Amino acid sequence: MKRTNWKTIYFVILLLFVPKRAMAMHIMEGFLPIEWAIFWWAVTLPFLILGYRSIRSKVRENPETKMMLGLSGAFVFILSALKIPSVTGSSSHPTGVGLGSILFGPLAMSVVGSIVLLFQAVLLAHGGLTTLGANAFSMAVCGPFIAYFVFKGATKLGWSFSFAVFLAAAFGDLGTYVVTSIQLALAFPSEVGGFMASFSKFAGIFALTQIPLAISEGLLTVVVMNFLKKYNLGELKLLRVLSKEAR
Amino acid sequence: MKKSLLLLFLVVVLATIPLITQQGTEFGGADGEAEKAITKIQPEYKPWFNSIWEPPGAETESLLFALQAAIGAGFIGYFIGVTRQRNKQTKQEIPGKSKHVTH
Repeated sequence: MKRTNWKTIYFVILLLFVPKRAMAMHIMEGFLPIEWAIFWWAVTLPFLILGYRSIRSKVRENPETKMMLGLSGAFVFILSALKIPSVTGSSSHPTGVGLGSILFGPLAMSVVGSIVLLFQAVLLAHGGLTTLGANAFSMAVCGPFIAYFVFKGATKLGWSFSFAVFLAAAFGDLGTYVVTSIQLALAFPSEVGGFMASFSKFAGIFALTQIPLAISEGLLTVVVMNFLKKYNLGELKLLRVLSKEAR
Repeated sequence: MKKSLLLLFLVVVLATIPLITQQGTEFGGADGEAEKAITKIQPEYKPWFNSIWEPPGAETESLLFALQAAIGAGFIGYFIGVTRQRNKQTKQEIPGKSKHVTH
């Protein structure tokens, strides 16, 4: 944990010297050409169906985990409502999908994340319905999968539970916006330099803004996980998040 | 508990540093910026679909964002309350004196 703190401090200091205006949010309504909008919807749909099934079977297996599922959803809800100022001089918000991915697996979060995105698209004009497929793919499919595999990998390496959770949530958050950059670059390749030029432009903008927020999300996810470890050890074991011998 | 508070404090620090170091920006959301970037790359691009409904102004928008955060925070608070209570009860029942618990 000490190591994590030092890393955080290092990043903060590093970022103080890299000021630049930027943005990072979901893709806006109507800002994806129609063929791309349809394409990303088609890519995302299977994940939603699998996710729904995965949730259904997990809840049926362990009904007592229902509350944890609600918590995962609530965590996404609150975090994606917080527009946090970033070092680049603009604001963005964390995603909150890391927590649920570690608890229920990445598939379950595709549904939870999409519900939150739908809420924001319809009520807040934030993101959009035509771009929901693409936004869900980045925030509710890729983000959770990255978080899940980072968590598994860090656990395999024998790193501490807290540090694994921190890395998973932080990289899931960062990965979401990298995918968004890829999607935008695919839809809007530059005249000069094509996809790569566009991608470096979007990613330079997105990733930079998101770095401190990814760290924040990692820290917050660790806070929630520590609470769960203290009070909900039974459920964590049911969901196979913690092995039996885990401290 | 102490560790959690320290982590929360770090999050607050992370969020406030930009406010101090980045003077003179409004910390605007990304949306407008994204549009600019896209129109730079493809000046002829026209959005082909508009949001069905938009909050009429900044106030209504902030209401809805606050509502979203409140729903999330409310449930998290409820969850914490329920789990701690449940833990207290199971701890009480362990000594074998299974007192009649009224619900």
